[in-house]
Amino acid sequence: MTLLVVTPVLVPLATVVLTAMAHGRPRLQQGLSFAGIAVFFACAVGLVGAAAADQPAVAAFGWPAPFGIEFHIDRTGASLVLITALMGAASLLFMASDADPGPQHPLLLPLLHGMLAGVGGAFATADLFNLYVWFEVMLVCTLGLFAIGARLDQLDATFKYLALNLFGTMLFLGAVGLVFAATGHLNYTALAAAAGGLPPGLATVVLAALVLAFLIKAGAFPLFAWLPASYHTLPAPLLALVGGLLTKVGVYAVLRMLGDVFAPAPALLYEALGWIAAATMLLGVLGAAYHWDMRRILAFHIVSQIGYLLLGVALASEAGNAATLLFTIHVVVVKANLFLIAAIIWRLTGSYDLRQIGGLYALRPALGVLFLISALSLVGIPPLSGFWAKLMVLHEAIAQGRVVWTVAALLVSVLTLYSMMKIWLEAFWRAHPDATWAPPRQTRLAPAWAATIALTCVTLAISLNPQPLVAYAQAAAATLAKP
Amino acid sequence: MIWVFAFAIWVTITAGIYLSMSRDLLRIVLGLALLGGGVNLLFFASGRLGSPEPAVVPMGERVLAATAANPLPQALVLTAIVIGFALLCFSLVLVMRLINDARTDDVLALRLAEPPPTDAVKPALPMPGCDPEYPGPAPALQEPLSR
Repeated sequence: MTLLVVTPVLVPLATVVLTAMAHGRPRLQQGLSFAGIAVFFACAVGLVGAAAADQPAVAAFGWPAPFGIEFHIDRTGASLVLITALMGAASLLFMASDADPGPQHPLLLPLLHGMLAGVGGAFATADLFNLYVWFEVMLVCTLGLFAIGARLDQLDATFKYLALNLFGTMLFLGAVGLVFAATGHLNYTALAAAAGGLPPGLATVVLAALVLAFLIKAGAFPLFAWLPASYHTLPAPLLALVGGLLTKVGVYAVLRMLGDVFAPAPALLYEALGWIAAATMLLGVLGAAYHWDMRRILAFHIVSQIGYLLLGVALASEAGNAATLLFTIHVVVVKANLFLIAAIIWRLTGSYDLRQIGGLYALRPALGVLFLISALSLVGIPPLSGFWAKLMVLHEAIAQGRVVWTVAALLVSVLTLYSMMKIWLEAFWRAHPDATWAPPRQTRLAPAWAATIALTCVTLAISLNPQPLVAYAQAAAATLAKP
Repeated sequence: MIWVFAFAIWVTITAGIYLSMSRDLLRIVLGLALLGGGVNLLFFASGRLGSPEPAVVPMGERVLAATAANPLPQALVLTAIVIGFALLCFSLVLVMRLINDARTDDVLALRLAEPPPTDAVKPALPMPGCDPEYPGPAPALQEPLSR
């Protein structure tokens, strides 16, 4: 078990080293990168198997816990590691197509795997300072991915991403210092034991600082300005990976702190988080309604969906935490898939801007089907995966009598439908505005189709048979907040 | 002693936040670096000040003396300093490149990723050169159209 628990870090890091050494040989580099992600995926499946059999992988390095740095992967962490590996594989596969793959820089693949190592480490660790280090690994690698294209708007976006995220990182580090000063611990188990002895006022202040830092990373209202300022400049496969995964690591950290380590936290924090969640949903979807660039519409929908995830945590119950986990898994797949489909639309019609494209339904009806499955799942139309996820969140919200939050969530679903129908009408239904437009005859879209169809199959599998995943999420939530 | 230290942290963090609110790119980077320094000091203070004795295990002993300083925050702050230094180097290079390419160091003029709207209700289209380059339809198809 001890070796398996470090694989979410070790395998991507080994791939970073190997792909960096093969930087002069693109073919070999690509092969190594695929091999690395395959091994990562296999290890993630092993982790989920071990966690589902109630044998979570645990290891402490140097000294026994709580002094050594502990890694601990329970059901929650294992399922998120698996979804990380899946997204990495889909993104790497998509990169082999010619639908906005971005420049083939020799450092691209090492940086991408470095980012996966940061994400995997954040899900695997059971130590607060170690979590900070993984957030930094993620930040550094993502900055590299932003800047690697060196286009002027990408550099501009990199700077905004850097400045605002660095603020969050500083706040995180300061909050970790405060937690350490108050409890003398950094290990999750030891913190959980020590948290009960804190005076309520001190606990509220320290936890508020910590959660605020994670909310910046998650892109919650009103701290999401960095997200729509930067995400749309990334090439499609990176956009799908970064947009699908990174904000969810922030949500995972909030879930881990408020739903597990410090649960039950002071009630004020959950109440504040609920209102932040409602505002995040609403403001995100309104931002999306304004935009006409598909990438920017979808980037604002990331913010909007973060609201639902936070709402599950804010309900402060086992059912709420289970709903957040299920919603995370659903939304990562659907969101990444929509970004990838937008890139195929770009390749076939020539632009990301809805005002300049059209006529896709006549050209590629199959793409319309793929788009509708993911788009309607994002909206939450039964029986697609988004419906089950929203049902779990709202069922718990109604059970707790949270009428305002429920109404806000339902209203946001309608507005989400509006944005998705905007893409459908403009890109698929309407004729191309340029009557002389001819679709490209020479395309290399097979890998792109393979990646999007695979992700759509995952969505359909969750949609048509949600019970195993619901049961898994409930079992995962049942082990949270238990010593 | 702790109040003097707290005051120093307060001054550093305030100066850092003030500078990073500036419109000048280089000042923002300097502000973030100062802010990082302030946060590192805060983290250092979390292990309690007081003991001037270095956290070194004396020769022949197996454990640290009880009067020694707390070694854990020192080790952790060292990690944070290294990470902060790497990010500072990256942001300096990024800012130099950005100033060179965009010919401005004013953040209000840097609207390349988010062009300011020209229409009251609809967002602006991307600026030329600020969108992925389209490979284009196959040339064989273009010929009859241009004729």
